[in-house]
Amino acid sequence: MNRIDSLFQNKKAQILSVYFTAGYPELEDTMKIIETLDKSGADMIEIGMPFSDPVADGPVIQESSKIALGNGMNLDLLFKQIKTLRQKTQIPVILMGYINPVFRMGMEIFLNKCQHAGIDGLILPDLPAEEYEEHFKSLFEERGINNILLITPQTSDTRILEIDNLSRGFIYVVSNYATTGGQSDFSSNQLSYFRRIKNLNLKNPLMIGFGISDKKKFNTVCEYAAGGIVGTSFIQALNEQGKIEKKVGEFVQKFKEVL
Amino acid sequence: MKNFISDSKGYYGEYGGAYIPEMLRHNVKELGDIYFDLINSDGFQKEYRNLLKNYAGRPSPLYFAPRLSEYYKANIYLKREDLNHTGSHKINNTLGQILLAKYMGKKRIIAETGAGQHGVATATVCALFGLECIVYMGEVDIERQQPNVKRMEMLGAKVVPAKSGSRTLKDATNEALRDWIANPEDTFYIIGSVVGPHPYPDLVAYFQSIISSELKEQLVEQNGDENPDYIIACVGGGSNAAGIFYHYIDNHKVKLIGVEAAGKGVNTDLNAASIKNGHRGVIHGSMTYLMQDDDGQIIEPYSISAGLDYPGVGPLHAWLNDSGKAKYIEATDQQALDAAYRCARLEGIIPALESAHAIAALDIMSFNTNDVIVINISGRGDKDMAAYIDSLKYLNNYE
Ligand SMILES: Cc1ncc(COP(=O)(O)O)c(C=O)c1O
Repeated sequence: MNRIDSLFQNKKAQILSVYFTAGYPELEDTMKIIETLDKSGADMIEIGMPFSDPVADGPVIQESSKIALGNGMNLDLLFKQIKTLRQKTQIPVILMGYINPVFRMGMEIFLNKCQHAGIDGLILPDLPAEEYEEHFKSLFEERGINNILLITPQTSDTRILEIDNLSRGFIYVVSNYATTGGQSDFSSNQLSYFRRIKNLNLKNPLMIGFGISDKKKFNTVCEYAAGGIVGTSFIQALNEQGKIEKKVGEFVQKFKEVL
Repeated sequence: MKNFISDSKGYYGEYGGAYIPEMLRHNVKELGDIYFDLINSDGFQKEYRNLLKNYAGRPSPLYFAPRLSEYYKANIYLKREDLNHTGSHKINNTLGQILLAKYMGKKRIIAETGAGQHGVATATVCALFGLECIVYMGEVDIERQQPNVKRMEMLGAKVVPAKSGSRTLKDATNEALRDWIANPEDTFYIIGSVVGPHPYPDLVAYFQSIISSELKEQLVEQNGDENPDYIIACVGGGSNAAGIFYHYIDNHKVKLIGVEAAGKGVNTDLNAASIKNGHRGVIHGSMTYLMQDDDGQIIEPYSISAGLDYPGVGPLHAWLNDSGKAKYIEATDQQALDAAYRCARLEGIIPALESAHAIAALDIMSFNTNDVIVINISGRGDKDMAAYIDSLKYLNNYE
């Protein structure tokens, strides 16, 4: 069974998914970060495939992508680095990135490599749901890879239902009108948006992401969704002085503490 | 749903489409659902045509260039988009898009700009309609197109520097898209070329098509035949070329030539010849030719001309190229400078550096003495005086 699907079957609340950019801060940190996240108690991992022009990202993830590319990260190298992934951990792993490098490699070759490495899902924000359905859905399904689709405060209920039908694994609920990283507190508009989505009682579990910077905000989103996705604030934590293992461990701990 | 040239999903053959994150979908779809009918409505057409005539000063002249014709031994006409209000073809598009924004009730306008011509044209129509205007511009371009930065500011626009990547047009477009993601409700994005997700390439090409509808009439009047042998235009994103090609696409009597920027040479790392050196890929929401490395990372382009300094090209041109409906060649920085000086000295017209690339085709290609050639002078050279003055030493060759 797909590891994302079994995660959501076994755990219904407080699911913590953590995003980091492959090749950041150092080129060879990828497996170290994955293993430490797993050991520290994260439930799911999203590995960002860095891109030169990350239009949907805010300054922090933009900067990490630039540094990662400068370090020499690329798709071939990433697949090499995660070759031993499934000997080391069974945590669900998602690759997230922009469509151009994937098209450049060829979608089918890319999916084969994902399957081979034991990747459970993909988030490709600039591959629209329609294109996915028309051209790639069966390729994903044959390989047991979930395509995770996004919804935003502007997505209509009808479209949310369509996306729910097309999705497997979970639905990525973008918390706000913003690129990744918006930091202010949730507004009442955002909370009523979360409530609206929750009340649609979709088939797929919900994960809320963008701007979840601390435990308090994580707890809030957990009232409406199965869990939350943390990216920017994790990248910022990696940015600080100290050993990777220690930084990652302490970061995850903060989200695990019972307030 | 009907479209102008692309199919109902915004494709030209296999190029185009709308590869955008869900965060932009609502806005792009809202525009896609209404643009065709809105543009074709009587009210819109009346207002648009009036502005083109009485505000922008259209029709732009078609000018037979006697001394260039003599020099190159052919019949050379210049379509004078440089004489439009604000000094380039960009105003044709911004007048159209500001009307779309007005009919859609948007209050805040954003735009990207390279050479600053689109930024100026956007700032101008925002002043005209009393709308807030934010223009994203790469830091490098802010430096090399200072006069246009000051013009935008005088017109009341806020110019925001784009500091990522090569700090040019691509990066300005990234920032504009990020702004639109963060401000989806009240904001209209006026894109400056036939690029971006569907419906932008289709609607920008339409707004620029006024160039070739005028050209047809003017050629009949001046030359007794609406078909020239060649139509030549420079290609950055490709909007002035799209406009002057528009009514001649599929007309086999007319050869359509697009000129890309070869920078320091198409075989060097410093060029912006996306059709020549690009591979199929997605940039700014559109499948097209894109300069990228083996890993699919976008390559930073280079051209002396800020308006051509873009690693992609409008999907319409990718399709025209593959189908053989148009041909694309390249001119280097040096060839463009040469052409600019020649045009200045022989016709008393200082072209924009972008347009100078189109004129350079006269040196690059060979023609017959009877050939009728129309070159789109997409803009005037005032904004490029710093670059032209920089090459003053070089000017001595002409003395
Ligand atoms: C005068 C002029 N010509 C041409 C261009 C290139 O744009 P396009 O290829 O869309 O016509 C620009 C862009 O800034 C311009 O200012």
